[in-house]
Amino acid sequence: MDADLFTSMLFATVVAGTPLIITALGLLVSEKAGVLNLGAEGMMAMGAVAAFAATHHSGAPLLGVLAGMGAGMAMALLFGVLTLTLMANQVAAGLALAIFGVGLAAFVGKPYEAIALQAVPPIRIPFIADLPLVGEALYNQQALVYFSWALFWAVLWFLHRSRAGLVLRAVGESPASAHAIGYPVIRIRYLAVLFGGAMAGIGGAFLSVFYTPMWAEGMVAGRGWIALALVVFATWRPLRVVVGAYLFGGVMITQLFIQGSGLQIDFPSQLLSSLPYWATIVVLVAISRNAGAIRLNSPMSLGKPYRPDA
Amino acid sequence: MLELEARAEPSRLMSCLSPLLAVALMLAGGLLVFSALGKDPGEGFRVFFLNPIKDLYGISELLLKATPLMLCAIGLAIGFRANIWNIGAEGQFMLGAVAATGIALHFDASDGALLLPAMVVAGALGGAAWAAIPALLRTRFNANEILVSLMLVYVAQLFVSWLVFGPWMDPDGFNFPQTRMFGDAALLPALLDGTRLHLGFALAITVLVAGHAFMNRSHAGFRMRVAGQAPDAARYAGFSAARTVWTGLLLGGAAAGLAGMAEVAGPMGQLTDKVGSGYGFAAIIVAFVGRLNAFGIFLASLLMALLYIGGEQAQQYLNLPSSISMVFQGMLLFFLLGADVLINYRLRLRRRAG
Repeated sequence: MDADLFTSMLFATVVAGTPLIITALGLLVSEKAGVLNLGAEGMMAMGAVAAFAATHHSGAPLLGVLAGMGAGMAMALLFGVLTLTLMANQVAAGLALAIFGVGLAAFVGKPYEAIALQAVPPIRIPFIADLPLVGEALYNQQALVYFSWALFWAVLWFLHRSRAGLVLRAVGESPASAHAIGYPVIRIRYLAVLFGGAMAGIGGAFLSVFYTPMWAEGMVAGRGWIALALVVFATWRPLRVVVGAYLFGGVMITQLFIQGSGLQIDFPSQLLSSLPYWATIVVLVAISRNAGAIRLNSPMSLGKPYRPDA
Repeated sequence: MLELEARAEPSRLMSCLSPLLAVALMLAGGLLVFSALGKDPGEGFRVFFLNPIKDLYGISELLLKATPLMLCAIGLAIGFRANIWNIGAEGQFMLGAVAATGIALHFDASDGALLLPAMVVAGALGGAAWAAIPALLRTRFNANEILVSLMLVYVAQLFVSWLVFGPWMDPDGFNFPQTRMFGDAALLPALLDGTRLHLGFALAITVLVAGHAFMNRSHAGFRMRVAGQAPDAARYAGFSAARTVWTGLLLGGAAAGLAGMAEVAGPMGQLTDKVGSGYGFAAIIVAFVGRLNAFGIFLASLLMALLYIGGEQAQQYLNLPSSISMVFQGMLLFFLLGADVLINYRLRLRRRAG
C-alpha cells in the first residue's frame, strides 16, 4: 500500500469512527448509571436534522452542533420522563424513542432534503500535522474529531477518578444503597440520560454537518444501534469504545475504498455495503460468548426501573 | 401536589383502559400538531381520520394495510410475552418476500394451483430462517437478540436491493429496481370484487386465531408466558430457556415472512427495493398497543393502518409530508407507555404540609 493511500484511509477511518465514539461514550455514561436507552438511533436522527437546519439558517456550524445537542437532549428528556418518572419498561420506551425519533426527523427534515451545506474546513494543528503518514490523517481534522478525543479523556477521568463518577457508578450498581446513603438516584439518572442524549445529538450533528454536509431520510443508517453494540463490545470501558469505533470505521471505509477503487472484483456493491452490519454481529458474538465477562462488567441494575420509597 | 401511589395489585381495568387513554391523548396531540402547522385542526382531523374510511373501498384499503401489521405483530407478541425482543421483523418480512418471489419467478410459466401454497410456505420459511440467525447466536453465544435482529434489517434491505438491481431485475423494466410482474397464478385472489383486498387478509385472521390459541391454550404458550413473567419459576420448573428463544424468534420470523409474501403476492405483484416500508417496525407498536393479545392486535392494527392511510391523505390534501404518520404512531406508543403507569400506580392528590 502506498503512503498516500494509507494516509487517506486512516483519515477516513477516523472520520467514520468519530460519530460512533461520541454517541457510544454518551450511552456508556447513561448505562453506567443503570439506564439502558435503546433510542440512540432516534436521538441521532433528531440531532442530525436539527443541526442541519440550524447550520443552514445561521451559517454557523457551531450553532448547528448546539442545536443537535439540544434536540438529542429533548429526546432523552422524553425517554427520562417515561422511564424514570413514570417507570415505563426501558426496552419498550427505547424502541419507541428510536421509531419516533427517526419518524419525526423524516417529518421535520422534509423541506431540507436536496440542500447541501458548505463543507466545514478542517482545523490544522501546527507542526504535528506535518508528521509523515499520520500527521495529515490525525491532526488536520474536523473540530468534532478533537472533541471526541477530549470526550474520551473526560469520561475516563469522570468515571474512574472523580467523586461524582463514583456516585454515578454506585447508582448504576445498586440504586437502593445509593438512595439509602442519601444520593438522589432519580436526579442522577436523569442527568446521565440527558448526557447520553446530548452526545447522541452531537454524533448526529457530525453526520449531517461535517461528514456528509446534507440531510437525507435514513442517513443515520443504523449508527445509533452500532453505538449501542459498541458499548456491549467494550464491556463498558471507554478505551475499548474508542478502539471498537475505529475498527468499525475501518470496516466501513475499507468497503467504500474497495467499491471506489475500480478494482475489477466481481462482488456486488450492495453486499459489500452490508459488511459493517455483519461486522457488528460478529464482534457482538465474539464478546458475548464469554457470558461471565458481560455479567461481571455490566452495571448491575442496567435496565431495571427503580423507585425510591418515599 | 400529584403523587404516584403504588397499588396493591396491578389494575386489570386500567390495563384495558390505558390503550384507549393513549388513543385519546394521541388524537388531542394530533389536533395540536395540525394547529401548530397552521392547518385547521377540524379539517386535519377529517382528512386524517375520517376520509380514509368513508366508503366500502376505503375500508377495504384499511383492511389491506392492516394485513401485514397484524401478521407481524402477532408473531412479535409471542416473543415479547417471553421477553424475547425480536425487533427485526422488518428484515424477516423482506426475506419472506424474497423467498416467495423466488418461487414465483422460478415457476413463472406454471399456472398450477400449488404455486400459491408453495409461496406461502416459502415466505414463512424465509422469514423464520432470517430469525433463526439471532436465535442461534443468542442461544449458542449469548449475543443480544435486539441488536442482532436489528442489524439484519439493514443486511436484508441491502440484499433486496442487490436482487432487484442485479440478478432479478426485470429485463424490460427500464432499469427500475424491480422484478417482473408475477403471473396470475402467483397472485393472491381478491376477496371483494373491485377492491385490492386479497386472500392474505383471511390468512392473517387465521394466523391471529392460531396465535391466540398458541398463547392461551397450548402448553408451549404457557411455558413462554411463565418465562416472560417469572423467569426464575420457569427455570425451576425446568422449562428450557433455549427453546423459549427459538420458539419466540422462529414464530415471529415466520409470521413476518408470511406478511412479506402477502405483500409481494398481493398489492405489489412484484418485488421492489421499497418492499419494506416500515411494517415490521410499526408492528412493534401494534403489538404493544394491542396488549400482546390477538384481539387487541386486531384493533391496534386497524388503528395503525388508519394512521398510515391518513398520512397519505394528509400528503395529498393538506400538503404535509406522509412521514407525519410515523409521528402519530410514535406519539401513540409514548402515550401508551406513559398511561401504563396507572396500571401499577394510582394518582393521588396530596396537600403539601405547611
